[in-house]
Amino acid sequence: MQQQKLHIESRTDRLIAVREFVSVAARRFGFAEEDVSKIALAVDEACTNIIKHAYKFDPTKSITVIVGSRNGAFEILIQDTGKEFDPAMIQTPDMKEYLAHYRRGGLGVYLMKSLMDKVEYKITPGQKNEVRLTKFLPR
Amino acid sequence: MSDFRIAQREHESVHVLELRGYLDAHTAPKLEEALQGLLNNERYNIIVNCKDLSYISSAGLGVFMAFIEDVRKHKGDIKLTNMTPKVYNVFDLLGFPLLYDILKDEHEAVRRFKEATPR
Repeated sequence: MQQQKLHIESRTDRLIAVREFVSVAARRFGFAEEDVSKIALAVDEACTNIIKHAYKFDPTKSITVIVGSRNGAFEILIQDTGKEFDPAMIQTPDMKEYLAHYRRGGLGVYLMKSLMDKVEYKITPGQKNEVRLTKFLPR
Repeated sequence: MSDFRIAQREHESVHVLELRGYLDAHTAPKLEEALQGLLNNERYNIIVNCKDLSYISSAGLGVFMAFIEDVRKHKGDIKLTNMTPKVYNVFDLLGFPLLYDILKDEHEAVRRFKEATPR
């Protein structure tokens, strides 16, 4: 599958375009609708986190979304140049505890990990942050 | 272009919010505003009809989390109805069916509210 790239402004009204872009590519790759929805949601969550946390809603910043395949898997690479972070500090909430205390926020990371086969971060301080989402076609 | 809409109406003294379209980080503030409006008017028996809701992300789920405690403190509830399998799957993935009453339709939700109201 040929690599495709989309640049968007860091604005929440652009999320719909990201979901559409990723859905078309995932469908073409061979995923059924249920998995296409899962992939689009995971990418939405990753971009939402960037808009909110890395760029703090600064609409002049931009996000790059690259879709392609690697070793037979569907892969989405999402890049930003916002505030760097330590991936080790990202906590996946314990949902039982979360629901019991009516918590809010932090659900995006949990969803990304549940929806995709792999979620990997690569931070190059002062340059860019990357999150790589991978999903394999069902056998 | 608006990709998310909310229609409001009364159904046997219960307040109904009908959601249509895409509920994400961009549109979640609209739902937040609608629910806040109901709470400001002391309306605590709320049905959210999701029949025409095509999409939900964690930003939308977070709105329900933000209000449920307050609503229940006032002996009310937010009951969710008519979810498509696609939207239900997202709720289910996060274990939300343990916390929220997710029902087939509005009639069932109204019945639950009546059962909960002391005569």
